[in-house]
Amino acid sequence: MSVADMKLERPAGWNRPPVIEPSGEGELLELAMGPHHPSTHGVFRMDVALDGENVIRLKPVFGYLHRNHEKIAEGASYLASMPYTDRLDYFCSLTNNWAYALAVEKLVGQEVPERAEYIRVILAELTRIQNHAASIGFLIQEMGASGTPLMYAFKEREKILDLFESLTGSRMMCNYMRFGGCRVDVSAPWLDAARKVVAGLSQFVDEFEALLSTNEILMARCQGMGILRPELAVNAGVSGPMLRATGVNYDIRKVDHYGIYDRFQFRVPLGDHGDIYDRYMVRILEMRESIKILEQALPQIPAGPIMDPKAKIRGFRPKPGEAYGRIEAPKGELGFYLISDGGPNPYRYRVRPPSLINLTILEDMCLGHNVADVVLIFGSVDIVLGEVDR
Amino acid sequence: MKTVEEIKAAIETAVPGAGVEFVSNLSPSAQHSLRLSPESAVAVATFLRDDSELAFDFLSNVSGVDWPDKEIAEKVKVTRQVTKTVDGVEQTVEETVDETRKRTEPGYLEAVYHLYSVEKKHGPLVIRLRTLDRGDKTQLPSLTPVWRAAEFQEREVFDLYGIVFTGHPDLRRILMWPEFKDHPMRKDYVDPDDFEYEPTPHDEVLKRAQAHQAAAQPAATAEEGPASA
Repeated sequence: MSVADMKLERPAGWNRPPVIEPSGEGELLELAMGPHHPSTHGVFRMDVALDGENVIRLKPVFGYLHRNHEKIAEGASYLASMPYTDRLDYFCSLTNNWAYALAVEKLVGQEVPERAEYIRVILAELTRIQNHAASIGFLIQEMGASGTPLMYAFKEREKILDLFESLTGSRMMCNYMRFGGCRVDVSAPWLDAARKVVAGLSQFVDEFEALLSTNEILMARCQGMGILRPELAVNAGVSGPMLRATGVNYDIRKVDHYGIYDRFQFRVPLGDHGDIYDRYMVRILEMRESIKILEQALPQIPAGPIMDPKAKIRGFRPKPGEAYGRIEAPKGELGFYLISDGGPNPYRYRVRPPSLINLTILEDMCLGHNVADVVLIFGSVDIVLGEVDR
Repeated sequence: MKTVEEIKAAIETAVPGAGVEFVSNLSPSAQHSLRLSPESAVAVATFLRDDSELAFDFLSNVSGVDWPDKEIAEKVKVTRQVTKTVDGVEQTVEETVDETRKRTEPGYLEAVYHLYSVEKKHGPLVIRLRTLDRGDKTQLPSLTPVWRAAEFQEREVFDLYGIVFTGHPDLRRILMWPEFKDHPMRKDYVDPDDFEYEPTPHDEVLKRAQAHQAAAQPAATAEEGPASA
């Protein structure tokens, strides 16, 4: 379905979740799923009203992990917030770094040298692969296959995290990007190691898919479940694999042409039905496309500086103004909105968290399903609470 | 994509009397914005979404911004007549003196919306709405009926900045707990001494016990001296 077809007639309240009246056959049960529930990926609560087995109302409750990241960033210098962005979506610290660096670079009009752009693409695509592998692993875990599929995903994720550790010094809290480049250069042995890991990745995805894609239980639990309509997805600001699984062709790497993504050949996988299975499949296919990008980027990486020599590091005070920068993070559109008043700290620092906004339509997807499926639908959104609550 | 000025012209033809104001952005990002008047904001937003050429169907980001009252000190040259004694004769002389005058520019809260188009693949268009003040006139129209994406984000702005979005279907605190007062992202926010304090039944019991002990013990404490206090 193309986006132009979506201009359907829109009755009032078309983008609101339907109100379901209880059938009156049994008692209504109100259930608090979470905050300490293994399926919530952290501390998150869903207040669910159940009519028999069916969910007739669902209200997400946030804030258990809130520490007002934005306020803290307003009291710190621009660079001092860089390590803190690692803690937003702690699975993908490198893409968080990139989004923040991109927003600041837009604010001050900073150029990035070519080698640094290549390093950023390589690290972002590795991040995407390990995030998608882990999120699929968690999804299968929530389906009841405890441990084994998740460990398959983690085995591969660990190899990628080892690469991050040897380059940045940390597996997850990388703190690697800088305004106008990167913190340390990649070495030739590191690139060899990365090539070795990337060479094994497509075999891993094959194996993962052979185990899962045609699995009877996975198909029975996921197909036709938690369907999201494309027009609602666009209206509700859903982004990333969630949006593309509904069939909307919108990938910020292709739309905004940020970094050097124009130089690489890759396709944007799209779903058909917008159900959990499509989200799973889009993530699998995105991993394959990321491997393609890595296979192109690793041999092409040019020599040169990794920081723009003109980049200002000490006394960094952007001129008054504002900028919004966004990238295609593994979970969706991650944006940073910065207002500068000419001082050393941002006057306003706003994170546009994909995880939070993708949860807007959680109630719409869950209504009418039973509790066991709510766990799956929620898992298929792929959130990290560090980013939802900030 | 049309330029921001062209979009402003398109809005003014489509929504007469919209009162759109161009706000320029001096940073190299050159993301200029349009300030809408609260009265016509919903009509303009619906136009921006449904117009076939603009088609801003994707609301990406909603952020609140706090602009507190600003005290501006200005130097003004004032001419006044002064009586002076020149050469033993009293004369009235005109004298120009520098005087610093202070005036306060009233503050306001602002909601900033970043729009993109999924259909036409362009953006961002930045639109802003500002409240009348920071006190009790902080109402703005909610754009959630136009873009569902604003639902949680406007709740967050309400929670952290205190902008009341009229027409929002479910305006509650989202990140802070429901009993929390105040709005922590405001620039003049002061942390409470104890975030976690809430009266518990135990407090009453403790108070009663202390009162009981105070009544029973005055003789004993007097004998033992200040060390036992």
